[in-house]
Amino acid sequence: MRTVDAGGLILPSPGPGPEAGMPGAVSVASARAGIGRWWRRFARSRGAVFGLTVFLAMVALAALADVVAPHDPLAQGVGPPLEGPSRAHWAGTDSFGRDILSRIIHGARIALLVGILSVLMSLVVGVTLGLIAGYYGGVLDALVMRVMDGLFAFPVIFLAIATMAIMGFGVTNVIVAVAVGFVPPFARVTRGDVLAVKEEPYIEAARLAGVRNLTIIFRHVLPNVLAPIIVQGALYVSGAILTEAGLSFLGLGPPPPTPVWGSMIAEGRNFIVMAPHVSTIPGIALTLTVVGLNLFGDGLRDTLDPRLRR
Amino acid sequence: MLRFVLRRLSQTLAVLFTVSVIVFAIIRLIPGDPVYTMLGSEYTEQAYRDLRIKLGLDRSLLTQYLLWIGDVFRGDFGYSYIKHETVSSLVGDAFLPTLSLVLASVLVGLVIALPSGIVAAMRQDSVWDYGSMGFAIFMYSMPSFWKGIILIWIFSVYLRWFPAMGYVHPWTDFAEGMWKLVLPAFTLGTFFSGLVARIIRSSLLEVLDQDYIKAARAKGVRRAALVYKHALSNALIPVVTVIGLQFGTLLGGAVLTETVFAIPGMGRLTVTAILDRDYQLVQAAILTGVFSVVAVNLLVDLTYAFLNPKIRVT
Repeated sequence: MRTVDAGGLILPSPGPGPEAGMPGAVSVASARAGIGRWWRRFARSRGAVFGLTVFLAMVALAALADVVAPHDPLAQGVGPPLEGPSRAHWAGTDSFGRDILSRIIHGARIALLVGILSVLMSLVVGVTLGLIAGYYGGVLDALVMRVMDGLFAFPVIFLAIATMAIMGFGVTNVIVAVAVGFVPPFARVTRGDVLAVKEEPYIEAARLAGVRNLTIIFRHVLPNVLAPIIVQGALYVSGAILTEAGLSFLGLGPPPPTPVWGSMIAEGRNFIVMAPHVSTIPGIALTLTVVGLNLFGDGLRDTLDPRLRR
Repeated sequence: MLRFVLRRLSQTLAVLFTVSVIVFAIIRLIPGDPVYTMLGSEYTEQAYRDLRIKLGLDRSLLTQYLLWIGDVFRGDFGYSYIKHETVSSLVGDAFLPTLSLVLASVLVGLVIALPSGIVAAMRQDSVWDYGSMGFAIFMYSMPSFWKGIILIWIFSVYLRWFPAMGYVHPWTDFAEGMWKLVLPAFTLGTFFSGLVARIIRSSLLEVLDQDYIKAARAKGVRRAALVYKHALSNALIPVVTVIGLQFGTLLGGAVLTETVFAIPGMGRLTVTAILDRDYQLVQAAILTGVFSVVAVNLLVDLTYAFLNPKIRVT
C-alpha cells in the first residue's frame, strides 16, 4: 500500500487499522516536519528556486495587475505609436500607442488563468476517466482508453485548433480548447496507477466491508495515485501557456484588443524592422515564464516523485 | 517478434479507427452549415440540394461515416470548393514541405543534442553540465514562433545571411531549398535538441552506472573510449523512442514555424482551412497529420523492439 506523506514522498504505509488511520492521514507535527524536509530538498536546486520565484512573481503580477500596470492596457494613444522603451514607457508602445508593459502585466493574468485552469480542467476530467477505466476494467476500460489513445495521437495544437473551430473564440473557449489536449496523458497515467493500487489488500478489505465502488474510488484509490499526477500537472502548466500563446499567435485565441502575449508577438512581427521591441519584449516575458515554470516543475518532480527522480 | 508486430499492428488499427471517428465527429460539431460555406457566391437552392446529396449529408450519420471512410481508403478526400482543387492534391502539395521541415529539424536537433548531452553526462555537475542543460531548458521553453521571429530579425534583417521566408522544393533547386530551410529547421530543431539533450544525458548517466561499464573501467579502458565504444550505443536507444513520442509535438511546432516563415505546409493549410471553414480540407489535413504521427510511432516501436529484445515480451 502506498500513501502520501507530508513531504510528498510516496511511501509504503502500514495498512488500514485504528493505529495507522486511513491512507494519507498524518498529524500536524509530522506534516510540518515533512514540508520542512521537502523544502530543504527543493531548495538545494537553484534552478527550482529560480523557477518558484518566477512563478510567484507572475502570480503576484497577475493578481495585482490593476494596481501595478502603469496604464490601462486597452487605452490607445497613451504614447506615440511604436516608440521604443523609454522612462515613460519601460517596454515601449505598440502600433496603437498602447503601453506594452501594461499589456504584458495584464497578459500575465490571462496566461496564468489559461495555463492553470486548463490543466486543472484536464486533470479533473482525465483523472476521473482514468480512475473509472482502471477500477472497473472490462469494456468500459477498453472504450475509454481507446478514445484516449485516439486523442493522444493528435498534436495538442491540432486538437486545440479544432476545438476553437467548434466553440468559437474567447478566453473560456481557449481554456477548454487547451484542456482537451491534456486529458489523455492524465487519464493514461491515472489508469496505470489505479491498476496497481486496486490490487492492494486495503481496497479488497473495503470492498468486502460493503463500501460503495464510488466511495472506494474517490476516498481510497484517488489519494494514493494523486501525488505523481499533481507533479505531472505542474509540468503541463508551461505547455498549456505555450499552447494558448500559439493559438493567439495564429489568430485563434481571445479576440483583440484582449492583451494576450501570443497576439502581441504576432502583431509585432509586422514591425520587426522598425520597432523590434513590440515582438521581442512580450516574447521575453513568455519565455521567462515558461522557463521558470519548467524549472519549478522539474524541481517538484525531483523532490516529490521518486519514481521519476533522475 | 512476429507476435509483437501483429499485436502492435492491431493496436495501431484500433487507434486509426478511433482517430477517424474523432475527426468525422469534429467536422459535424463545427457550427454552421458546411454546404452554405462551400457554395459561397454560387449558392442557389438547387445547388444546395444537389451538393447535400452529393456529399451524402441527407443520409444517416453511420452511412455518412462509412461513405467517407470508403472514400478515404480510395485516397479520395473530396473537393475544396474554396480553393477549387481536389483535397488530395492540396494535402499532397502541403505534406512535402512539412515533412522536409520536420526531418531537417530532427537532424538539426540531433546535431546539437548529441554533443551537449554527452558533455553534460561526462562532466556531471560541472559548468559544462549546467551550461548545456540550461541551454536545453531555454531552447525548449522558447516559443517556436517567437524564436523564428528573432532569428529572422538577426539573420535576415540585420546580417542578411538567410532568406526571411518562403520555400523551394529541394528537388527543384537543392541549394536554394536547403538555404531557405536553414532558419525554420533551426527554429524547430533547437526546440527538439533541448528535449533530446536531456534524454541523452540521463540515459548516458544510467548506462555509465551499469556493471559492464564499471568492469571495463576497472580493466583500465579510458573514459572517452568507454563512452563512445561501450555506453553510447545503449544510451541512444531511448532517443529513438523520444523521436516517436515527440513527432506529434514537432508537427504541432511545424504549424507555428510554417506560419512565421510562410512555408506552404500542412500547418498553414490546416489553419487557413479552419478559418475558411473548408470542412473537407480540415478533415483531410487533420487526418493526414494524425495518421503520420501514428505511423511514425508504429515505426519507432518496431525499431525499438528490433534494437531492444526485452521490449518484445512485455
